[in-house]
Amino acid sequence: MENSSIIQRSIARPEFGPFVLLVVELAVFWGFNHDFLSPQNISNILAFTVELGLIALAMTLLMTSGEFDLSVGSLFGFSPVLMWTLFNSGLTSLEVGFVVALLVAAFIGLVNGWFVTQLKIPSFLVTLGMLLVVRGTALFVTSGFPQRTWSAEGSWLAEALVGDFFIGPFRIYMSLFWFIAAAIALGYVLTQSRTGNWIQAAGGNPNAARARGVNVSGVKIGLFILSSIMASLAGVISSLRTSAANPNSGTGYELEVIAMVVIGGTALTGGRGTIIGTVLGILILRVMRNGIVLIGVPGLAYNIFIGAIILGMMALHSWLERRHQAGT
Amino acid sequence: MTEPLVRMENIRKHYGRVQALVDANFHVNEREIVGLLGDNGAGKSTLIKVLSGAVPLTSGDIFIRGKKVDFRSTGDAIAHGIETIYQDSALVTQLSIARNLFLGREPIKPPRFLNRMDQEAMNVVARNLLKQVGISKNIPPTTPIGSLSGGERQAVAIARAMHFDSDLIILDEPTNNLGVAETQGVLSFVRSARDSGHSCIFIAHNIHHVFQVVDRIVVMRRGKVVADDIDPKNTSVTEVERIITGMSDEEIRDAIVQGKQSQG
Repeated sequence: MENSSIIQRSIARPEFGPFVLLVVELAVFWGFNHDFLSPQNISNILAFTVELGLIALAMTLLMTSGEFDLSVGSLFGFSPVLMWTLFNSGLTSLEVGFVVALLVAAFIGLVNGWFVTQLKIPSFLVTLGMLLVVRGTALFVTSGFPQRTWSAEGSWLAEALVGDFFIGPFRIYMSLFWFIAAAIALGYVLTQSRTGNWIQAAGGNPNAARARGVNVSGVKIGLFILSSIMASLAGVISSLRTSAANPNSGTGYELEVIAMVVIGGTALTGGRGTIIGTVLGILILRVMRNGIVLIGVPGLAYNIFIGAIILGMMALHSWLERRHQAGT
Repeated sequence: MTEPLVRMENIRKHYGRVQALVDANFHVNEREIVGLLGDNGAGKSTLIKVLSGAVPLTSGDIFIRGKKVDFRSTGDAIAHGIETIYQDSALVTQLSIARNLFLGREPIKPPRFLNRMDQEAMNVVARNLLKQVGISKNIPPTTPIGSLSGGERQAVAIARAMHFDSDLIILDEPTNNLGVAETQGVLSFVRSARDSGHSCIFIAHNIHHVFQVVDRIVVMRRGKVVADDIDPKNTSVTEVERIITGMSDEEIRDAIVQGKQSQG
């Protein structure tokens, strides 16, 4: 009796669908090609996964508060360009350039938040505009060319962010620990802290939250800043790992990140969010991208599968939602 | 004369060129349920929004127990013990009962810098409160508001106002969309709120509900308070309706005739 209720409760959780999907995905890819679960391939998947993942974690909180941010992909490209431009021109050290890039990102988040909360313009329009401004700046500053990056070797910043080492046969980057730390911290904020209650209330019923004295605008502005900083951090990590700073990198990431978040069970309309679900959503999409290539499906067909997963998961979430409502 | 709990004097509120409130005077005494009536657009909601800090007033003064106050936000009003329960918008449907009860005032577990909610304490308080407001069904406090009925939701909102010791609870259309039994439930919460020392402002379109529960009726028309001392015990519903519309029976008949003539 007790057992069945635990099973029922875990099935009713929004993370259950994505969890099953991930397990099925892993089993199918492994069935086709046993190399899929080789240490080398797992290391490969993890290296890039966490970079997009950092953005998705922040986006989860932002979407729970009822907003989203389309400018993350452009910040992913812009921040490393800014950092390297400052460093290469001899204006600052790499560390100072890094801090400046994060501060500029925070300012961009602040502007996004200010437009959305004070001018009451939908976040879709505000962040779409910001996407173009930031991407355009990155292209203009660099004249469209990638920046020189090879002098990062040995800097402590590069070591702390993307230093790699081997655990057994697994090649692990430091960024994995940053990702795990961010997931735990943000999961804690969302489910345990008082701020998390405000985030969910801001997305669920902003008028009620405001009537209770919750600073809804403040919460949203804070989350826009967080989202920008995480996108910027992810861009810098990616740039240090691949030794590249291309003003065009990150194009289209905003949609992939939003897809990860909604596949994990966070409501697009706000009010409900889950960090565990987002972690699952991140893995589902990245494993899919890797596995499809590995079992010999042409890489160009990747988007077909991603689209199908999004549609399928949305159908599952809406079905679970309706069943949950009817059952009470 | 003793100082009333809340006194609003010469309140004016313009929305652009529209005058929503014109020198409105209004007061609520301690331990009193005031029924606020008026037709659509009479200024009831504006008066309430001014009192709950949701909109700033253009001119006029608000006194609480004789002290002049200046509400810049709903938070200011809550801090002065004025709790407003808006129709439908009081609760976050996605959050649990306990999380709704404490929204904006969540208890924090030490150490404080972790900013961690004391969820056990919240659940214990919520369970007791639910019993107090007469939700006899065994609903766990972790249930999301979305799966409660309309009456249960109103009960949660009222329970919240009572728990946080608000001096004045403003109920905006609390009986809208409720069934008969649920309406009776809400009315009895209002009475019990008064018995435990709270004052209430009760706004409803259904005059019969207002008559069942209030001590005094205030009527607004075109942004003014036109009657503020109607005793529901010595006044009939028809008389109050006449004050609300501001017309006698003949005037109403004339208006209908005139309308027909101008159409023909």
